[in-house]
Amino acid sequence: MEIRFILNQKQVAVDAAPDAVLMNVLRDLGCKSVKCGCETTNCGLCTVWIDGKSRLSCSVLAAGVAGREVTTLEGVEEEAAEFGRFLAEEGAEQCGFCSPGFIMNVLAMVKEFEERDAASGSGVWDIEEIKEYLAGNLCRCTGYMGQLRAIQNYMAERRGAAEGREMKEVQA
Amino acid sequence: MLTISNYVKAKTLEEAYELNQARSSRVMGGMMWMRLSNAKVKTVIDLSGLGLDQIEETDKVFKIGAMCTLRQLEQCERLREEYGDGIREAVRHIVGVQFRNQATVGGSIYGRFGFSDVLTAFLALDTFVELYDGGIIRLSEFVNRKPDRDILVSIIIRKGKRKFRYSSVRRTKTDFPVIACAVVTGIVHGEESWYFTVGARPMKAALTERKWKLGPDESEEAIAAYAKEIAGEFDYGTNMRGSAQYRQHLAEVLLRRSIRSILTEDK
Ligand SMILES: Cc1cc2nc3c(=O)[nH]c(=O)nc-3n(C[C@H](O)[C@H](O)[C@H](O)COP(=O)(O)OP(=O)(O)OC[C@H]3O[C@@H](n4cnc5c(N)ncnc54)[C@H](O)[C@@H]3O)c2cc1C
Ligand code: FES
Ligand code: FES
Repeated sequence: MEIRFILNQKQVAVDAAPDAVLMNVLRDLGCKSVKCGCETTNCGLCTVWIDGKSRLSCSVLAAGVAGREVTTLEGVEEEAAEFGRFLAEEGAEQCGFCSPGFIMNVLAMVKEFEERDAASGSGVWDIEEIKEYLAGNLCRCTGYMGQLRAIQNYMAERRGAAEGREMKEVQA
Repeated sequence: MLTISNYVKAKTLEEAYELNQARSSRVMGGMMWMRLSNAKVKTVIDLSGLGLDQIEETDKVFKIGAMCTLRQLEQCERLREEYGDGIREAVRHIVGVQFRNQATVGGSIYGRFGFSDVLTAFLALDTFVELYDGGIIRLSEFVNRKPDRDILVSIIIRKGKRKFRYSSVRRTKTDFPVIACAVVTGIVHGEESWYFTVGARPMKAALTERKWKLGPDESEEAIAAYAKEIAGEFDYGTNMRGSAQYRQHLAEVLLRRSIRSILTEDK
């Protein structure tokens, strides 16, 4: 069957079987960042965004995304590279296999938290809240500490940058 | 492995119901559970185009569409105002955010899973299920029915002032629960009533109720005795996550904590 959807801001059409899983369809379309890390729907490595929300592409029927917007790591290269710098600075990665899914979920989290903060005016991020958001992303090599430091640094810099912009606006 | 020969995005509930009458058809919720099953499905019926992904509120009820995700439950402000952190607590440990963005309320209730947090939580509230053909029936009745070819349209919670507590024990974060308990209290027909559900025993959640009048100054010993009585009313089983005896002990402790937490809330 033919399935049309938006992949990383481009309209695509693929011919896929009714039981094709989104993860495999995305890989066939060249998005090799999307990988399978488990057979139990538990590892988070296959995370992509569907209409802006983090989902497990290993469990999504490709037919079901017709007309929707799918984003993979290949579609957010700039943000991913920026956050990747923070990971590298903390030496957070070992083999790096878990990174694509992890980065997609971190970026979704940051977006969601920042939107919430903009609405409520608060900006305090509880480390427990971060851990809960990322509990579905497993890493076999590390103890997650480097990742958590990287996230906190990344968020602090983003907040600093946002405040800097505000200051400039006030001064102007 | 799951194979599917035909995918249909239903345009009406009627169409979905008709298609589902064939034994080789399957309704698709979030697919999270179904994907792991071994089945040769002829037609998979996608309900996502029917507007069943809303949580609606009237004076009398909350109506939760079958295609609402667990994440929607978790983030619903109104449910939180009404029932406190209980609903969020019941779902926030389930795998991860990505998973809960997809697993549906309909699939969770229809599945009547022995490990289900979702079922344990809703069964303790004044909850009904809306079936396309079977009409509106009590969740407590639905739980014990055999799966048939009907379609679950929504979950309806009748409102009323209730206090709600939910707790579970897991061996590791994101794993299935070893035990799950919900405690609800409120005035029903003028009488103080208590509802207790225990799930993941590891059998599917069951409900028991009491007309107890308890005050904030109930002693620890008295609360422990109440919890022991309730926990003793359910049967428990042994599997790789825990023994029957261990589960009953956990249930007793969780029930005790929940009862105490409710009684001392206004202190
Ligand atoms: C790895 C894993 C871990 C899990 N851990 C937990 C946990 O810790 N706690 C917990 O409570 N749950 C847990 N679950 C269960 C999960 O939360 C969902 O309840 C489950 O996946 C079913 O929801 P679904 O939307 O994926 O339904 P599906 O898998 O799509 O469907 C499940 C069944 O219900 C039928 N169905 C779906 N919707 C309808 C409808 N509207 N009408 C009629 N029939 C319907 C389907 O045909 C199918 O038979 C886990 C599941 C998995 C896969
Ligand atoms: S591949 Fe592990 S959750 Fe999808
Ligand atoms: S760095 Fe190896 S799995 Fe995470």
